[in-house]
Amino acid sequence: MEVYLDNSATTKPRKEVIDEINYMLKNAYGNPSSLHRMGFEAEKRITDSRKTISNCLGCREEEVYFTASGTESNNIAIQGIVNRFKKRGNHLITTKIEHSSVINIFKHYESKGFKVTYVDVDDRGIVDLKQLEENITDETILVAVMLVNNEIGTIQPIRDIKTIINKKNKDTKLHIDGVQALGKIPVNVKKFAFDTFAFSGHKIHGPKGIAGLYIKKGLNLSPIIYGGNQESGIRSGTENVPGIVGLGKAVEIDMENFQKEKSYIANLKKYFLDRVRDEVEDIKVNSIVDEDKCAPHILNISFLNIRGEVLLHYLEEKGIFVSTGSACSSNNKSKTKSRVLDAIGLSDNEVEGAIRFSFSYNNTKEEIDYTVKCLKNSVDEIRKITMR
Amino acid sequence: MLDKVVSVSFGELALKGLNRSYFENKLVKHVRRVVRDFGEPKVYKEQGKLYIEAEEFNIDEIVNTVKKVFGIVLVSPCYRIEKDLDEITKYSIEAVKEAMSKRDIKTFKVQCKRADKQFPMNSMEVARKLGHEILKEVDGLSVDVHKPDLYVYVDIRTNAYIFTEKISAYGGLPVGTNGKGLLLLSGGIDSPVAGFMMAKRGLQISAVHYHSYPFTSERAEEKVKKLAEILSVYCGSFRFYSVNLLDIQKAINENCPEKEMTLLSRRFMMKIAEKIAVKEEIDALITGESMGQVASQTIKSLNVTNSAVDVPIFRPLIGMDKTEITDIATEIETFETSILPYEDCCTVFLPKHPVTRPKLEDIERSESVLDVDKLVNEAIEKMEVITIHP
Repeated sequence: MEVYLDNSATTKPRKEVIDEINYMLKNAYGNPSSLHRMGFEAEKRITDSRKTISNCLGCREEEVYFTASGTESNNIAIQGIVNRFKKRGNHLITTKIEHSSVINIFKHYESKGFKVTYVDVDDRGIVDLKQLEENITDETILVAVMLVNNEIGTIQPIRDIKTIINKKNKDTKLHIDGVQALGKIPVNVKKFAFDTFAFSGHKIHGPKGIAGLYIKKGLNLSPIIYGGNQESGIRSGTENVPGIVGLGKAVEIDMENFQKEKSYIANLKKYFLDRVRDEVEDIKVNSIVDEDKCAPHILNISFLNIRGEVLLHYLEEKGIFVSTGSACSSNNKSKTKSRVLDAIGLSDNEVEGAIRFSFSYNNTKEEIDYTVKCLKNSVDEIRKITMR
Repeated sequence: MLDKVVSVSFGELALKGLNRSYFENKLVKHVRRVVRDFGEPKVYKEQGKLYIEAEEFNIDEIVNTVKKVFGIVLVSPCYRIEKDLDEITKYSIEAVKEAMSKRDIKTFKVQCKRADKQFPMNSMEVARKLGHEILKEVDGLSVDVHKPDLYVYVDIRTNAYIFTEKISAYGGLPVGTNGKGLLLLSGGIDSPVAGFMMAKRGLQISAVHYHSYPFTSERAEEKVKKLAEILSVYCGSFRFYSVNLLDIQKAINENCPEKEMTLLSRRFMMKIAEKIAVKEEIDALITGESMGQVASQTIKSLNVTNSAVDVPIFRPLIGMDKTEITDIATEIETFETSILPYEDCCTVFLPKHPVTRPKLEDIERSESVLDVDKLVNEAIEKMEVITIHP
């Protein structure tokens, strides 16, 4: 049996998505910039896709920009905001549990002389709101927060965050890394007045190499790469037309099935967790169990006295694919230790043994039963060898 | 007409009498192989030396590449010109100016060799004439025939060659002229050096690596392959056997005294290596063991390991200190990779107090409870074989 439980890393594209991409590659391969009808056809398909996505995000079409990756979207948003508003202040805020495509931009600006605050999170991974409030000053130009954490699934209290920003400094912009959120929890960019919002195709059963960015109208960001001014100049380079159409299709189907698929995944996760708790000893659940505070598809568990990487390979042997919390190496733990798991206060032992299971609508109850069985056997065998 | 070429001189090869052409042909093959990436430049022999045609922009890189071929003693970047005295004069002056732009030179000497005895002047006359012209054309130089800052070498052969540098290579014998050896390659500092040293003496190397996947990581395995790749720069492409020792280690762990874990594992490694060697017609095993370095490398431990097999085991590092080994590892550029911190298969089951004075009878008694042949055969059946390329 093959059980794919690494849906936070990437997802299997839906059949309808693949069909669309195939069609585009075979038939509608024109360049949207061309003046003839082949170009026009491609341009029309991009417009349709943009419309679908703007409906999903709750924004206007012209506020959606296509990019090549979530990383690129985060970079365009953060660098764009910093470049535009750096005259107004040199203070930036983010959290300690961001994705590297956010945290490394902040580290870069820190090395260039910006003042950067990395706000703590509590033991569930929720941003310390008091600390956030204390740190926003007149100098603060940007707060960047991940809506759903990729390793433990924690959903940030975005309404509270926006309220605090608004109270302390109305000019501070809010960037949301929504790569793990779109398609998993309800998202509405206008409701909480995000300034920018990044998302990605391959996390929602769409293709790789395509992603998007919402930029609030009037924000007037400058691009970070220059060229033929595609995507209103924000992201030059010939459009990835098949990717854009595939992404549009993925979003469309996701919207149709949203309630059904999400409650299915949430139930599956709960069933899995209950069974693991019954069958396997010495574990610590690192994700919040409360459905309102954790994305339905992510579950992070530490298996104590086990190296996650070893367990991962044991499961792989049995056709089960998961992720570890850290890339391990025996001599240099701190260097590769998961930032997120460290930030929520896990011990070294707990970080070392952390495994992330991430689910999708494709998983079945049979798969879960098989996984629990293999998990129990593998954990027992590894513990027998390493706890001599 | 001016061309840039790299000249290559062989050393010990000259002593090999009737076998000379065999050694030489091997060497030419190796040189052709390493320079292939530079657009397959022409490689040719001319009166006992080997020449590689180069370009101004890649000659330094060709020199650096070629000097890693075993069997070569000296490498020189040269001007190749026609056998015409005016041309020779012109480019001798050029070569002196080029050398002076790189370092401080006050004195020089022209040294001429004339393989072509038809050339109208003899070596002494050519040297004198060139010395005279160089003095005339270049300011601030004088001749010193005993200890000059710069030698200007002029070789008159089918063509004329002018060069000012003789760059030392590793010497040794062309890889493959002395049979084959199977290197036990771990991720450490020592074993790549041992492989390098035996390849230098003309052995064609294959390597076997033992891991305990998934208790050792894929990154650890990648690191060893990286080391093998660096080695292959010197010894050419080779076979790499990757053997999972985990089942054997589990069996030892369950059935034998903990303190003998490492030694028993070492004996299994030797037995598996021997089996591969016999099958692949390899004549010897090579290890990076150095006397007394760790518990499994005391003389008693080495004897116990040795007695596991009949095939000879070469240990070129046996009398070397760690610093000497590290120096060579740095020189051959394996050191940086060797010290990457990934666990190897020994650390997973490392005993707290390993035996340092084992008795062969004790070890053999412990081993006798295991089905050694079955474990060895199963490990070999599951082994992966790849070819490592530079």
